[in-house]
Amino acid sequence: MNGVAFTLAPVAAAPSAEAVVRAVGLTKLYGETPVVKGIDFSVYRGECVGLLGPNGAGKTTTLRLLLGTAHPSGGTLEVLGLPVPARAAEMRRRLGVVPQFDNLDPDFTVAENLQTYGSYFGLGRAALAERVPVLLEFAALTERAGAKISALSGGMKRRLTLARALINDPELLILDEPTTGLDPQARQLLWRRLRELLAAGKTLLLTTHYMEEAERLCDRIMVMDHGVILATGSPAELIRAHIEPQVVELFGPRAAEWLAAEGAGRAERTEEVGESVLCYLHDERPLLDALAAVEGLRFTHRRANLEDVFLKLTGRDLRTAS
Amino acid sequence: MMAVLGWVPVWRRNFLVWRKLALPSLLGNFGEPLFYLLALGYGFGSFIDQVQGMPYLMFLASGIVCGSAMNSATLEGLYSAYVRMSMQQTWEGILATPLSVRDVVVGEMMWTGTKALINSTPILVVAAALGAVHDWSALWALPVLLLAGLAFGAMALVVTSVATGFDFFMYYSTLIITPMFLLSGVFFPIEVMPGWVQGLAQWFPLTHVVAVVRPLVTGLPLVAPLLHLAVLAVCATAALTAATWLLRRRLIR
Repeated sequence: MNGVAFTLAPVAAAPSAEAVVRAVGLTKLYGETPVVKGIDFSVYRGECVGLLGPNGAGKTTTLRLLLGTAHPSGGTLEVLGLPVPARAAEMRRRLGVVPQFDNLDPDFTVAENLQTYGSYFGLGRAALAERVPVLLEFAALTERAGAKISALSGGMKRRLTLARALINDPELLILDEPTTGLDPQARQLLWRRLRELLAAGKTLLLTTHYMEEAERLCDRIMVMDHGVILATGSPAELIRAHIEPQVVELFGPRAAEWLAAEGAGRAERTEEVGESVLCYLHDERPLLDALAAVEGLRFTHRRANLEDVFLKLTGRDLRTAS
Repeated sequence: MMAVLGWVPVWRRNFLVWRKLALPSLLGNFGEPLFYLLALGYGFGSFIDQVQGMPYLMFLASGIVCGSAMNSATLEGLYSAYVRMSMQQTWEGILATPLSVRDVVVGEMMWTGTKALINSTPILVVAAALGAVHDWSALWALPVLLLAGLAFGAMALVVTSVATGFDFFMYYSTLIITPMFLLSGVFFPIEVMPGWVQGLAQWFPLTHVVAVVRPLVTGLPLVAPLLHLAVLAVCATAALTAATWLLRRRLIR
């Protein structure tokens, strides 16, 4: 512990080649059921990595393995240069965690939550007196320092949980669905804070269900399903590598009818999601012209995004996967 | 440092929460035993000449102080600990820090011992005010009550570590704690019970608490105190080991 309060001054903004997480053949079985199936991945200092996948994909288990609160059935894992779980307690001194469900202490005020959590890291009165006000400011909760947890909004609770995860000035932050359940404004504010942390040189590993979140925040994305990492890359790389660049989306009951009648010949690839049909192609013009002639068919054209990559790789619509 | 004293912040967290509500709960701690002693001590006492050569009030006070230590440590180790483990996920939060499952279990056990002291000390004070305490050597009962709290707290944590909900605690309360409260010599000497009950009572940790605390409070001669204390120490250690093992299995998956 260096005793210096957490600051937002940039340290090393650009991702470096130093791996802060290195997993090789990481495997986790629950009973006979494999949940994580021998995955290999690294997270480099200063980058933000998004772990993307439907519920049950193995994301949370992977995070638990990193944390040392689940023990791997196979493979090797190193976090912040230390073997996990063998030296997990030592590693956790330099780690911050934002869990999926808020577990703030309801018996304490906002400030007391930070102080108590700091005491678990062995932080004394002096260190806390220095850090807590900075973190309250960071979480925009200075005015609420004496408030009860039950009086906070969902967004405030999440920001407090984030501030709590920073009490030990960690090098690596693990966030499990940090913005799930937040309204758009609260989400925006949290994103801004996470970007500030990245600018300050922190390394972030987060899971999310939100494409927008992944595209905005993450330098790299790992798409995970059924305990396997299906693809890794920047959002742009994933789109380029895995799908056609243009999408024409057809809506309504007539969409399926059209797909059955002539869809196959018109698009390079199609996907049915609920009542919509997605047509993937390189040149959208001929299809748009043809569709314009069909009566009663609603459609729209857009560029391919991460959601489409996800749909192709996992066969699932992310919006309904959760 | 963390390895040895990692339990301290866990204990401290519980203490700070308790302190917020300390005044009303302390009033209850004084009030309830006072009424117990008044009602039963004077009420039953008026029908009873003497028990083991002392007024019934004195006999009862020296027993109730032990029962209170057991009950408060048990409640804390069952319900309060379960809320922290399950509803509030307090332990999960703690396990994301350098602290270990062992730190959590030891910290919780230490807190149950503390609660036992917090709840039983006022009874001694009330008893002293009613003239039901022999002399200052009654203060030696405090470390024994702490040890009793640690043992009963650790046993409760074993139950909590396998609990699936609050209903689960009913078995432990009705099958273990209630018989123990009634048959360990708190309200009457176990010697007046049928032989088989006396034999059963020897298996109750509370019997051994009463066997040490009553002489210290009432001035009766102490018989084999080290043996009784050893029984409590073994209970505490065995239960701590079991609770740690079971909770590690539950929390580290």
